Amino acid sequence: MEKTLAETIRELTRKHLENNNGIILGQCLSAVGWVNNTVPDTKNIVELPMTDVAGGGIATGCAIVGRRPIFVVRFQDFMFLNSSMLINYSAKSKDIFGVSSPVFIRALATEKKGTGPVHSGITHSIFMHVPGFKVCSPMTPGEYEEVWKNYLAGEDPMFVSEHRHSFNQVEEMPNVIHQDAQITVYGIGYSRFKVKEATDVLTREGIKCNFINILWLKPLDLSERILNPLKQSKLGLVVDSGFEISGASQSVAYELMKQTKIYVEALGAGDRSVGTAERYENGTPTTKKIVEKVRELILLRS
Amino acid sequence: MEYYNLLKGESFNQKVMLDIFEKMCSIRNFEKQVKKAYDEQDILCPVYLSIGQEAISASVSSSFNPNLIFTQHRAHSTYIAFGGNKDKLVEELLGRDGGCTKGKGGSPGVQDFEIGMFGHHGLIGENVPLAVGAALGAKNKSVLCVFGDGAAEEDYVFTAMAFAATNKLPILFICEDNDLSILTKKSERRNWELTDALRAVGMPCEDICDDPELIISTVNNLKTNLPAFINCRTCRHRWHVGTGQDGSPHEDRLEIFEEGLLKRGISQSEIFKIQEKTKIEMEELWKKHLQKQ
Repeated sequence: MEKTLAETIRELTRKHLENNNGIILGQCLSAVGWVNNTVPDTKNIVELPMTDVAGGGIATGCAIVGRRPIFVVRFQDFMFLNSSMLINYSAKSKDIFGVSSPVFIRALATEKKGTGPVHSGITHSIFMHVPGFKVCSPMTPGEYEEVWKNYLAGEDPMFVSEHRHSFNQVEEMPNVIHQDAQITVYGIGYSRFKVKEATDVLTREGIKCNFINILWLKPLDLSERILNPLKQSKLGLVVDSGFEISGASQSVAYELMKQTKIYVEALGAGDRSVGTAERYENGTPTTKKIVEKVRELILLRS
Repeated sequence: MEYYNLLKGESFNQKVMLDIFEKMCSIRNFEKQVKKAYDEQDILCPVYLSIGQEAISASVSSSFNPNLIFTQHRAHSTYIAFGGNKDKLVEELLGRDGGCTKGKGGSPGVQDFEIGMFGHHGLIGENVPLAVGAALGAKNKSVLCVFGDGAAEEDYVFTAMAFAATNKLPILFICEDNDLSILTKKSERRNWELTDALRAVGMPCEDICDDPELIISTVNNLKTNLPAFINCRTCRHRWHVGTGQDGSPHEDRLEIFEEGLLKRGISQSEIFKIQEKTKIEMEELWKKHLQKQ
């Protein structure tokens, strides 16, 4: 039986803690479902107190003495507190002090009714902005294994933008390429599930769309695999679950345009705070919104 | 010759006292050369001088031999007292590739892995959670963590120290308490002492002045029961950053210590010999590096 993403994370973590002298730190790791069943009940688990600022520093301290810590932040919004020492020391220590500080930062996002202003954020854009981090957003078991392997082989701290809605994912997410596609739509993080739904809807309507998964945000993969579909379709859209303004979607769209000189738009969460009541929700663009955006872009081009 | 400490009933020998005095003189004379080089614009980066605070690191280094050291921005004294490479320190302050961080960390970011000392990035008090994490991760390695009374007020410092107490991590925390955050006195900033707060979480604490004998006896008492915290009151002579001075310092521990040594029978010539030796050593050290320009 194939493993879910959550089971994959748990088993990779178990091996690290049991066989690799690894360590995992975070708040309430062993409570309420062991972080959505992604943390194994084994040794080398450190329960941090509610110290959202010092916690990142403690993880960084573990890293500089060689323990390869997994640092779990249960809600990405909490990164605003947890990031100060990760940004100021972990990301810089290799460059400034010649000592690597490879913290594996598991930053969990979530989106569900009523999560409101402090439990629904996607903050990977902030870490893309800081020199020294690798930033990725794996949504499948295979992607997570790739990310983990990359982390162990390197010396950099890694910001891993997870999303709870993907934890039951079993299948991989292949790119979808059409020879005569009218647009190439790139998906980041959880938005990829919505992009896939949207491109399926559009294709059924007769609007052929390429669908490309973006796993690595930094360094951004600008290989032919990513660029060629755009060169063929001559129009692009990048969709992200995080805020669109100055965020990952705009940044990636800009890089794609710079590389290909082809127009690429960005679509992400709106530039406003999220509220708890349904009418104030503001997260991953819906399937409907992506469909409408694609239609609009194709209409504008024609 | 041995001296008797009335407070703790411990005896110290002359060699230890003179070693501390020599370290204090080395740091003072090094920092005087830093001031000269800074004032003459050979040093272009901001400098955080340890002048006036030398006794703490000189004394702690005589009684505690940590595997790992995490310091704050004002760390020339710790670097020198624990045997950091002074050539690399000079090169660092001159912003050269031969510096201990190749000119990237500057005065507040000095490090020397030979003595287990990690650089400080500049976020005040960040070295406390880092030290705690290093002690947690390294297992059974003793750690020294030095910070100032301003850093003591950073919210993440207390929680990190409390975590060290909860997990019984082998860290000696030292606060070099010069009563100033830039120029704002502690009494204007808070109505509490870190020693009181930490006693509440079960950490052994002492609040003392920077008398070398008292520091040594306190470190000796606490180092077998880590984590522990010493708040050590001292007097910074120069500005928070830079080489300036606002009036005369209210005390000079180096002078007080020198008087104490004289009263206890150390000859003036022996003291003068140490002063001259360290003065010449630092002058020549700086001259050698400045001539390389």
